[in-house]
Amino acid sequence: MRLGAGLLVAAALALGGVVAQAHLAGARVSDAAVMGEGFPPTLGAFGFFADAARQVPAPGVIAYELNTPLWSDGAEKLRFIYLPAGTRLAADGEGLLRFPVGAAIIKTFAFGKGAERRLIETRVLLHRADGWVALPYRWNAEQTEARLALAGGRVEVVTPAGEAISYAIPNKNQCKTCHSLDGAVIPIGPKARNLSARWLAAMVAAGRLDRVPEGAGSQPRWDGAAKGPAAPLARAYLDVNCAHCHRPGGSASNSGLDLRWEQAEPHAIGIFKRPVAAGRGAGGHEFAIVPGQPDRSILIYRMESTEPGVAMPELGRSSTDHRGVAVVRRWIAEMR
Amino acid sequence: MNRLALAAALLCSAAPLAAEVHRIEPGEGAAARLQEALILAAPGDVIEIGEGRIALNDGLSLDVDGVTVQGQGMDKTILDFTDQQGAGEGLLVTSDNVTLRGFAIENPKGDGIKSKGADNIIYDSLRVEWTGGPKPTNGAYGIYPVESTGVLVQRSKVVGASDAGIYVGQSRDITVRGNLVEFNVAGIEIENSRNALVEKNIATRNTGGLLVFDLPGLPVMGGGNVILRGNVVKDNDTPNFAPPGNIVASVRRGTGALVMANDGVLIENNSFEGNATAHVMVIAYMQPFDDPRYNPHARNVIIGPNAFGRGGDDPQLEGKEALLAAFGGALPPVLWDGLAQSPESALKIAPGVTGWTLNLAQPGQSIAEARPGPLMLTPVETWEFPEVGAPAALEARLK
Repeated sequence: MRLGAGLLVAAALALGGVVAQAHLAGARVSDAAVMGEGFPPTLGAFGFFADAARQVPAPGVIAYELNTPLWSDGAEKLRFIYLPAGTRLAADGEGLLRFPVGAAIIKTFAFGKGAERRLIETRVLLHRADGWVALPYRWNAEQTEARLALAGGRVEVVTPAGEAISYAIPNKNQCKTCHSLDGAVIPIGPKARNLSARWLAAMVAAGRLDRVPEGAGSQPRWDGAAKGPAAPLARAYLDVNCAHCHRPGGSASNSGLDLRWEQAEPHAIGIFKRPVAAGRGAGGHEFAIVPGQPDRSILIYRMESTEPGVAMPELGRSSTDHRGVAVVRRWIAEMR
Repeated sequence: MNRLALAAALLCSAAPLAAEVHRIEPGEGAAARLQEALILAAPGDVIEIGEGRIALNDGLSLDVDGVTVQGQGMDKTILDFTDQQGAGEGLLVTSDNVTLRGFAIENPKGDGIKSKGADNIIYDSLRVEWTGGPKPTNGAYGIYPVESTGVLVQRSKVVGASDAGIYVGQSRDITVRGNLVEFNVAGIEIENSRNALVEKNIATRNTGGLLVFDLPGLPVMGGGNVILRGNVVKDNDTPNFAPPGNIVASVRRGTGALVMANDGVLIENNSFEGNATAHVMVIAYMQPFDDPRYNPHARNVIIGPNAFGRGGDDPQLEGKEALLAAFGGALPPVLWDGLAQSPESALKIAPGVTGWTLNLAQPGQSIAEARPGPLMLTPVETWEFPEVGAPAALEARLK
């Protein structure tokens, strides 16, 4: 218990440290840009960063990490939330944290290490009075500014795996394809089960979250993905990478495939489930998952492909996540 | 805001705004200009695409209600997806009251145009074509509305889909009229949908012409109230090129109209010619399933008067020679599996309609256990069937 309390204090201090540093820089988030009606032409207009090129956040902007992250061609992701002064998050079980109006979620995608790091794009989700708005911002070559890229775009990058790819920045509508439930834009990342209990506790201590919910941090950390039982890792991976569309009310609801963490029904998660509208995406296989037979499972076929029309997820990757495939493969192989 | 100001603001927002027309000409940056216009359009706006060819390397999408996307004609305004690098379809529509008219989508890597949860959509005078002919590497669906209420697809052409040219899935209140579908695996497919009118289409050179399916394990089931009327279903003779694993991969070459499961299908006043397996096939769902909500039987299917020409003369069925010999060189136009959930809901035929039955005893039974024989049903002179189709408001929008 004492250790836990110590960690909590340390985490709270860390949050405070970020705040203090940003205060020194004198930056300030523009609530008008977050809450207003239009689409600000530059990322700088929001003031989310004290030093955007170095990704140093402004006051009220808090960094977070996910236990199991969504894979995007191996991009490094720098994640932040912004909470307006005097507001806080509300826990809602192990699911998505509830954000106050005026909040924002900011995610920067980068490739390259150390001095070689290049920021490619920053995506923002703005919680406005009439709902969430998702906007993509593309960094310039000089790394001095990120400009609104409503129509998305493509950037040549080399992934950490050494593959040269055409990386796709999503357009504004494609943002919604994944961030959509029953037609409305919603956040998908910050679910209590996929955030560390420690971070959540620090947020409570800092007065930015009402309480630490049951089930906080219950999804496994992806760090040790090569070891340990495959089932929780694979289910967490599918939940985080696939279930924002493959769920009731999601963009792929018509497929009937439901890959959410909490879905326990075998047919719904794909076991002996026939394809509906997969077309050649089925790859000649009859079922999404055949227990014990990853090479006969459509799920693996589509995860391994990079061909548009076959590759899953449809958006957000141009290369194959070999570690992700290996875990899901192991899960299916061990399945009886 | 005081109450009066609020009322004034509401009045303003309720008044019809002047629709803007945004014109996109082919040329430098056209793909990005088009996608930006689709994003920035206001409800009621028209996006007009000029004559010519626009190459796209990513999928397009529209998420604004009430927008019209209009080209100069299906052979004049061409959106070319031959070098598509991402997305599962050429154009994705996720908003309501959208009209798409007068352009072509060529060689999308996945589906052609998909609309999901997009109510009251009109597809008019469009072309979706895989220009290399029928290939299993072609995308699955050409025109693909799903999970929608109010769908009108008309005067359009789809060529080369490796599943269905026009596929309407998990939807209600549908009209598919006056289209040409050729060299697809399935010409037109109505799946897990209700209240669909499929009329005056030409379905030719597909593997199967018109399909009406109800499948288990989907969010929306209970397909039915479908009318196939006044269509020309001719020479559907393309070998099945669907990738294995898909339900249409089981469709036999030379199938005219195929009803699988469903409650209420009326087939009348169509012209069937040159469908070598069967002009009309009515069967139960054959695969094992574990879904208590699902009914695998074809119920309340009525085959009214139709013009049946040559057909059934090269059936892609086991025991073909024996069957042809038994029926005098060609099978009669209607093939039924003989399965009825109840005597009342069993297949009904108009006077003069002939056929044969597999005389199966239960859904999922092997065809090897069939006891083929002539269709011995007492014809019915009259029947009742609801009027179905897209809402009148959709037809009105065309005027």
